[in-house]
Amino acid sequence: MSGRETISVDPITRIEGHLKVEVVADNGEVKEARCSGQLFRGFELMLLNRDPRDASLLSQRVCGVCPVAHAMASALCLDACFGIDGRVPDNGRVMRNLVLGANFLQSHILHFYHLAALDFVDVTAGADYEGADDRLGSLRDFIKRGELAPFMPRYEGDYRLSKEANQQAASHYVQALEARRAAHEMLSVFGGKMPHQVGIVVGGCTETPTADKIAAFLSRLEMLRRFIEGIYIPDVLTVAEAYGDYFEIGGGVKRWLSYGGLELETEETNLVARERFFPSGRVGADLKPAALDVGRIAEHVRHSWYADESSGRHPSKGETVPAPGKESGYSWIKAPRYEGEPYEVGPLARLLVAYARGDRGARGEVEGVLSRLDAKPEALFSVLGRHAARALEAKRVAEAMVGWAMELRPGEPVCEWREPPEAGRGMGVTEAPRGSVGHWAEIEGGKLVRYQLVVPTTWNASPQDDEGKPGPMEQALVGTRIRDAENPFEVVRIVRSFDPCLACSVHMLTPKGQELARCRVL
Amino acid sequence: MGEGDDMTEHPAIWFQASACSGCVVSVLNGVAPNIRDLIVDHRVPGHHVSLRFQPTVMAAAGDAALEILAATEEVKEGYVLVVEGAVPTGAGGLFGYAAKRGAQTTMHARALELAENALAIVALGTCSSYGGMHAAEPNPAGCVSIGEALSGAGIEKPVINVPGCPPHPDWFTGTVAHALLFGLPGPDAVDTAGRPKRFYGRLVHDLCQRRGDFEAHKFAEAAGEPGCLYELGCKGPWTHADCPEREFNGGVNWCVKAGSPCQGCVEPFFPDVSCPIYAKIGLLELPRIVRDEESGELVAVRRP
Ligand code: SF4
Ligand code: SF4
Repeated sequence: MSGRETISVDPITRIEGHLKVEVVADNGEVKEARCSGQLFRGFELMLLNRDPRDASLLSQRVCGVCPVAHAMASALCLDACFGIDGRVPDNGRVMRNLVLGANFLQSHILHFYHLAALDFVDVTAGADYEGADDRLGSLRDFIKRGELAPFMPRYEGDYRLSKEANQQAASHYVQALEARRAAHEMLSVFGGKMPHQVGIVVGGCTETPTADKIAAFLSRLEMLRRFIEGIYIPDVLTVAEAYGDYFEIGGGVKRWLSYGGLELETEETNLVARERFFPSGRVGADLKPAALDVGRIAEHVRHSWYADESSGRHPSKGETVPAPGKESGYSWIKAPRYEGEPYEVGPLARLLVAYARGDRGARGEVEGVLSRLDAKPEALFSVLGRHAARALEAKRVAEAMVGWAMELRPGEPVCEWREPPEAGRGMGVTEAPRGSVGHWAEIEGGKLVRYQLVVPTTWNASPQDDEGKPGPMEQALVGTRIRDAENPFEVVRIVRSFDPCLACSVHMLTPKGQELARCRVL
Repeated sequence: MGEGDDMTEHPAIWFQASACSGCVVSVLNGVAPNIRDLIVDHRVPGHHVSLRFQPTVMAAAGDAALEILAATEEVKEGYVLVVEGAVPTGAGGLFGYAAKRGAQTTMHARALELAENALAIVALGTCSSYGGMHAAEPNPAGCVSIGEALSGAGIEKPVINVPGCPPHPDWFTGTVAHALLFGLPGPDAVDTAGRPKRFYGRLVHDLCQRRGDFEAHKFAEAAGEPGCLYELGCKGPWTHADCPEREFNGGVNWCVKAGSPCQGCVEPFFPDVSCPIYAKIGLLELPRIVRDEESGELVAVRRP
């Protein structure tokens, strides 16, 4: 590649939702990057004037991949609004964790195998397979028939695994379909159904634990633990060994934060001070822990299509006032900043925050992987670092869930059920598979009068802020060398390593040559 | 059967409009048939669904993805169109943007173009079937169902609605299986809301395991209590779906069994018609069994 050129990937597939990424490369090196989604939905507006209890069921419908994290954030937020945040019974607390934990396993397995792996694995390597693996036999017959969608076409020219490794990974791709489905079955034991579970409500959960349900949950969990430890983590390492240069690219802002999540107690009502499986905090490349004060988050909208008057506000004061066509905007995603700085969220952020805070489990896992790969912690600030952090997190959450399931007490209360209060306000911050998620609400006259969500992909895929600082995904692309503009593997591998979920982050683009209509949202 | 012999390929385009991806994730949860049966194997012998464009799982991105989409849509009536999500029509369609080879356009325009050449359309999920969550008050993006978008543009195409937020995977794969085995469901096989009667022909209330509690007036008053959830706002009495019988996630559970009232997620006007979700529905809305005066037979009185 030579000279200055714009490479546009639209649509970015194998993510949740509608995303376009455009990079400007100079002699093959990315100088600027812009991430733009394509859809404005206005979920926050749809929740207004409703019974507050409806929010935990409806707000999760923002995302079919991680609805549970939204239901959890919403329930925590409503617990606070209703003044019962310290009184959720243990059974309710534990079932919420089990439902969310199961969603983590499902989401991480789906992300690695079904969203990301096709960038690294050549599924056609099984065309002449002769062995006894029925999954590969099935794929071979499929390839022979010659109708290769949806596995072809694809980018070409950079599949580096050996034939055997490709075949094994292709078989695991099919096996992982079964594993992720089992994770949803397990989730449904206490969540009722999935996607859009129904079990998590203000005050606790609606299911009642019994010995047979606990056993049904544990049985699937055991199968998943074997899958994660015996297949998922080794496959991530196989990819890591073949694509070692991806430990060096895609780093980005190198500032991470985690709200913390998965409650280990409920007495402490300040969520970031509460004892949680994922600790809260911030960390930078020096791996020194820093405290997190949610009050220091502000959302910028100078480069987003929202009215400028609403810029720089804390989410609890936030408003969603769309301004399509605003000159300085290029995205429907707002730009959340912590003390004015962009932060990355997600499994890597959680792992690094826990590591920096001296969490023994996190330290053990990180050191184990780094010594296997003979790498320094900085290697984690990369595309492969994100994949590794996700896989290790799946393992740790799965292990912890075994103990949580054993805490359930049949016959004891599951929920502190209440009618909505006349007035109240609250915040619910937790962690979704792809990063920190927060809901803020205000109730007046027994109805919701304010509802704001700040979701993981809003942090990661945010546009430039009021100061012109690009968002984390944009920064991760800058400086990358694109080897082949026709097959920009680097762009999609970097973007997918964040596991972006666009549904959550409302967004729009301007079709060329069309005048944008001004619209007023009532 | 011999591979490659007498195989009919059925190309499909899966178009995602204003959606949350819950529908595609639910389809991945199918057990028998499952997703592998659907796109890799050919469980209905001699027929294979060739999923040419599916943004959540397809290998290709960017131009490569748009190429295969363009090649597929060129063949008149050569593909089935699955629409996931509602169609945003507000601000001239600009709330939802869709990529097209060599051009940028709106989801609204794209949905109409793809529908025009399709053999038939499966509206997957409540948003696609009726507007659903994305059209909830105050409907900020002006979302409508695919059926409404088509009639607004004067396009006539068979549309089969497979609602649910999200739908049970069997409702989708069962509809696909019907199409492969016996052709599209005829007018007698769908109800007035365009749904296959096989799955949406009966009321949740009529199939519910807690119906005995309802008849015995044993009602739960708080989440987590045993008993019928009528007092907690259950919409089962006017909701048409076989959830209690089929159950979700491989038959593990469903809403009421998990202690949560049916939200009526398969019905037109969901969620507004169901909100407040925990508000008890009026007695007039309850179906009941009465003796028809003329015929002397027992008949079910449904929701007016
Ligand atoms: S009202 Fe709901 S819980 Fe009660 S019997 Fe009917 S469907 Fe079941
Ligand atoms: S029981 Fe009601 S809310 Fe639950 S999935 Fe069925 S129709 Fe939807």
